[in-house]
Amino acid sequence: MKQLFKKLYALIDERVQLEDLVQFLGKKYVPIHRHSIWYYFGGVSLFLFIIQVITGILLLLYYKGSEEIAFESIQFITSKVEFGWLIRSMHSWAANLFVLAAMIHMFSVYFEKSYRKPREITWLTGMLMFFLALGFGFSGYLLPWNELAFFATKVGTDIAGVVPVIGEPILMFLRAGENVTGATLSRFFGFHVAVFPGIFTVLLGIHLILVQRQGMSEPPGLEHHPEKERKTMPFFPNFLLRDLLLWLIVLNILAILAVFFPWELGKKADAFASAPAGIKPEWYFLFTFQTLKYLPSQLWIVDGEVLGIMAFGFAGMLWTLVPFWDRKSSRGEQNRFINYLGIFAVLYIIVLTILGWLS
Amino acid sequence: MNTQLTQPQESKRDFLKIVLGGGLVAWAGTVLYPIFAYLKPPIQPEVEVSSVKAGKLADIQKDSGTIIKFGSKPVILVRSAKDELRAFDATCTHLDCTVQYSKEKGMIWCACHNGTYDLTGRNVGGPPPRPLEEYRVITQGEEVLISKKS
Repeated sequence: MKQLFKKLYALIDERVQLEDLVQFLGKKYVPIHRHSIWYYFGGVSLFLFIIQVITGILLLLYYKGSEEIAFESIQFITSKVEFGWLIRSMHSWAANLFVLAAMIHMFSVYFEKSYRKPREITWLTGMLMFFLALGFGFSGYLLPWNELAFFATKVGTDIAGVVPVIGEPILMFLRAGENVTGATLSRFFGFHVAVFPGIFTVLLGIHLILVQRQGMSEPPGLEHHPEKERKTMPFFPNFLLRDLLLWLIVLNILAILAVFFPWELGKKADAFASAPAGIKPEWYFLFTFQTLKYLPSQLWIVDGEVLGIMAFGFAGMLWTLVPFWDRKSSRGEQNRFINYLGIFAVLYIIVLTILGWLS
Repeated sequence: MNTQLTQPQESKRDFLKIVLGGGLVAWAGTVLYPIFAYLKPPIQPEVEVSSVKAGKLADIQKDSGTIIKFGSKPVILVRSAKDELRAFDATCTHLDCTVQYSKEKGMIWCACHNGTYDLTGRNVGGPPPRPLEEYRVITQGEEVLISKKS
């Protein structure tokens, strides 16, 4: 067997020079310091994305994306198809864990200022993937065509429509008409299974190539330490094996959640029913949802919600562009403002999420 | 190679640049225009509804609200505790959710962001920026009709 593998390896190596790649991987080291644990969350996000692709493809084999039968097809998956309930539940849970892991990854990169030169593109592709992850969550949420999803989509797309000038065309584009209808479902289905995965894969490719090529970023303080005092670990196989072990743990957590807390389907959407009491978006949209609740109907001469939505949009843009305006960190100087801003963002999200949860 | 171009050569080159550049832009336009046009959903003609039957008066309880299908729009018909019948566009003016009648509050309430309207449709609490559009309610014998206020 071993002989066979060696032969096969030699065969491929002769044609595509595998040795170079092995050499490259063998030379890659991961810095070890007290913040090393955060390095694992990128890998966890990647793993959960892979789970989403696999479970998503499985769901696709039975799901029917139309207003009349979407809800029923999910009912069919969860009640008639063997292990259908498990696949569907895993897809929903993994989606949430994916957003959570990506969020932790994003904040850790932010606080360690790993976005600074020369890793601006890595940060940008990461941020774009994060927004896409939210897009995945939002579009996927509608696919079961249940009551909660229907109103979440109404509100979500209406938020896009609030933006001055470009809002209205965007709303029409997203909804495929003035209202949320079966046409919206078809469109969201297309985004969810074709458009977003396509773009995401390209971004992920760039992101991973850059991480491999540039290596892991070290926290700013560590760079001043002498070379001898710095500890490292080979990426292959040491770090990769740890990565894999953690993936196994994540898979177990996911299985426990999916089995013991199966994802509910709720009631079928009805365009002529009132929004049910206690309606809430997914947890990762809760802080914006709660903020919108607190805003008064009029602030100065502008509608409260317009101001709120524009403020969130502006904050998101500033956050995404941080490598370009935080010149201090790129020069290797300390920038406390970045830390305060990050802490404020984390606290704001946590507090408003809890308030939204309790309300 | 001689990089110095004579005057006619230079203007020839400029001309070619404009032609080719313009051609490229035109080409991109012809490729992109159909795609964008395709993405814009066609406007489906809707039957203009001017009035609908909301049911029998006896079936509508006091201190309650019902959502009535008014063409493709939801309209809320409220019969107040004081036995007043009123109808409003049921789409919340805040972010497009469908409102409901809240017995405890004795008001029209939107569950999405906790907006409230009084029984004249006025936005009185929470984030809604505008009042609900009112519809006319006519009772013909036992039958309740809702129509657009013109």
